Amino acid sequence: MQERVFVTGIGAITGIGKNTVEIFNSLLSEQSGIRSISFLDTIHKDEIPICEVKAMNDELHELAKTSLKSSFTRTALLGMIAAKEALTNSCIQNLSEKRTGLISATTVGGMDKTEQHFKDYINGNKYNDFVCSHDSGDSTEKIADYLGIKDYVSTLSTACSASANAIIFGTQLIKHGILDRAIVGGTDALTKFTLNGFNTLLILTKEKCRPFDQNRSGLALGEGAGYLVLESKKSIEDDNKNIICEITGYGNACDAFHQTATSPNGYGPYLAMQKAIEMSGLNSNQIQYINAHGTGTPNNDLTEGKAIERIFSRNIPYISSTKGYTGHLLAAAGSVEAIISCLTIKKNIIFPNLNFKEPMKDLSFSPTNRIINNVEVENIMSNSIGFGGNNSSLIFSRC
Amino acid sequence: MEAYINGIGITSPQKTVEQDGFLSNVVEYSSDYMKCVEPAFKNYLSPGFSRRMSRILKLSLVAAKICLNEVKIEKPDAIITATGLGCLDDTEKVLNSILENNESFLSPTSFIHSTHNTISSQIAIYLKCHSYNLTFSHRTFSFESAILNCMIFLTENSNVNVLIGGVDEITPTLFDIGCKSIYKKIPKSNLDMLKEKTRGAYAGEGMAFFILSSKKKNNCYAKISSVETIYNPDDVYSVELKIKNTIDRTGLTIENIDAVMLGLNGDSESDCYYQAIMNSLFKDKILLYYKHLCGEYFTSTSFALWCCANIIKQQFVPPILKMNNNQDKPINNILIYNQFKNKNHSLILLQKC
Amino acid sequence: MEKLIVELKQNIVKNLNLEEVSWQDIETDAPLFVEGLGLDSIDALELIVMLEMNYGIKIESSETGKRILYSVKTMAETIIANKQDT
Repeated sequence: MQERVFVTGIGAITGIGKNTVEIFNSLLSEQSGIRSISFLDTIHKDEIPICEVKAMNDELHELAKTSLKSSFTRTALLGMIAAKEALTNSCIQNLSEKRTGLISATTVGGMDKTEQHFKDYINGNKYNDFVCSHDSGDSTEKIADYLGIKDYVSTLSTACSASANAIIFGTQLIKHGILDRAIVGGTDALTKFTLNGFNTLLILTKEKCRPFDQNRSGLALGEGAGYLVLESKKSIEDDNKNIICEITGYGNACDAFHQTATSPNGYGPYLAMQKAIEMSGLNSNQIQYINAHGTGTPNNDLTEGKAIERIFSRNIPYISSTKGYTGHLLAAAGSVEAIISCLTIKKNIIFPNLNFKEPMKDLSFSPTNRIINNVEVENIMSNSIGFGGNNSSLIFSRC
Repeated sequence: MEAYINGIGITSPQKTVEQDGFLSNVVEYSSDYMKCVEPAFKNYLSPGFSRRMSRILKLSLVAAKICLNEVKIEKPDAIITATGLGCLDDTEKVLNSILENNESFLSPTSFIHSTHNTISSQIAIYLKCHSYNLTFSHRTFSFESAILNCMIFLTENSNVNVLIGGVDEITPTLFDIGCKSIYKKIPKSNLDMLKEKTRGAYAGEGMAFFILSSKKKNNCYAKISSVETIYNPDDVYSVELKIKNTIDRTGLTIENIDAVMLGLNGDSESDCYYQAIMNSLFKDKILLYYKHLCGEYFTSTSFALWCCANIIKQQFVPPILKMNNNQDKPINNILIYNQFKNKNHSLILLQKC
Repeated sequence: MEKLIVELKQNIVKNLNLEEVSWQDIETDAPLFVEGLGLDSIDALELIVMLEMNYGIKIESSETGKRILYSVKTMAETIIANKQDT
């Protein structure tokens, strides 16, 4: 008999807030965090809008209460701050009394430091602590050590769907009785590496990020971290916990079409959504809201839209992409958007798809472009569509 | 939870492609590091499909293809890859381009291929396989995480076959940088690895793919009965306890373990962590080691798994793998034990089936 | 123009790693994408970088890219026009 899995805590830091309260307030006041570049040292400063966390590393050290001299990458610091908030939010007092793991996700890992020091490494300059912080596992272990987690640690790296997959893996570990609790999510800092990489693919917008708009012109990169605490039913009953929602379905599928573009009919995203719905035992018309991947690129929004039409046909629920607020958080996108979905369930509010003006000619639906209050959403689907065709969908249900 | 190893394909610093015998013709290195013996790529991949691919991608695709051919499977039900450092060559190209050209003239191909999930996705694109697809990247836990996830997948779905791989590459830049912390040059021969008592490990690389299935097929190698990762143990006793628990869970005892494959890597500062356990729990076992043949890299336990699966299937231990002269006997149960910086300890238990 | 066209064809083969194609086989007027050489979207991005690096042509959208990269001839014409402007 497989365990049911519940969300009992959330924590996040993004360009629209350094914790979930600030993030919620920005969502409510329709305040996007996408601006011109302030902190990242790049030649593209005045060209490309991005959504930075509004704090340099010194301030992140203060928020995390770590020494400025310590060797934490920006990715690790963001993750530590968000994961700590999630843990506090879940009211877990004693980590060691139950089997507790950390499953994190990242695409850049320690690249924020590597790109600063790479020349030093190659030129044989003095050994630098950050050499060993480059790999994906570093930020995960820094978070684990910061929180005191030892029972299980691992890291996923599947581009834009990575933290959605971390949520899935954490859910699986609890379902199958390997863990009682899991802190799951992802973290990515903005780097010159990703900014220039995406820029060379010609998919960054130089204007506003307009998911699902006929005149959308690309995505805006963001940075941040988001973590959720997942617990088994027994774990919650033992402690008489507050539950935010339940994870009732998930699906993972591969588009297998192209390394950077989704297939014209959105087959991979369609399969992921279908698997999630099937697992949940729901009918598609019981999903009241979709937090779409909706990056604002011509390809993603069309193909994701086609996949949504195929699943939901005429009964398309409320849809919005919240990337107009936060930018595209890469590995952290899935978990931050899962947290936004949790806020929707908790606060009975659907947050809008910012900057939407003109419906896409090729789609039968338009996203929600205004806040919808007092709506008791029972079931939410959250999509993540990654480079390389790694697609994942999650379903969160009210309890 | 268990998984049957029904197929293997591997590219490594040994002659593991189109091999003639099991480690009968060992490759000796006296250079900086160990590099994969490269097959003729055009025998496996069309030039059109592979024209953009870096070395790590081509070597991985060849290994995956060989593995799938052995089991005659066209599309696995899941593809799960593990890599500690991902596609380094492409990552370095992007970094160098950004730094040398002041963020201009960046090759899109190198950036696209620098993400860790490139290997999993390219295999899926090659096979037109829409199934479950994941990439793990957590140091020396990467491959073990993939195995655990695979075992969960096998439990959630009936009668399925999963393609799982452990992949990491070595580049000159990684070696140069690594020599400041974990690597050392091979002074004379990789085969003398345990004779030197100096700091640093020999660097290496490898790409090993396996078909793990719910059911045993005709040419099954062995079954994986248990996989465990131990993070940041308090002391050696807690590692010993976890080893015992991992074995107990499968219904076996320490006495049932016939051989132990150890991740000793020639680094005097690291190999000491194996000593206590070798002298206590593993005192009477056939002790084996493998990193003198493939080098140290984050997913090296995939090479160890290839060795052990073949040992069980062929009931033969190549002398080159032996550390001690404990008497040969039937090998039904092998424990693979690897550790990194005394922080990441991992176990894979393999049984004859 | 002729020298430029030869150079472009050689760059295409080299930058896109077209091992089985020799530059002499590339027709100057033939479409490079979908038909003809059958290049794809990633090749287009590589050629955009090549044009900027070697010839100072900056292409910032896929639509402009489609027009300029249609054939070797359209690429050469753009380069020459750009030289005359600067």
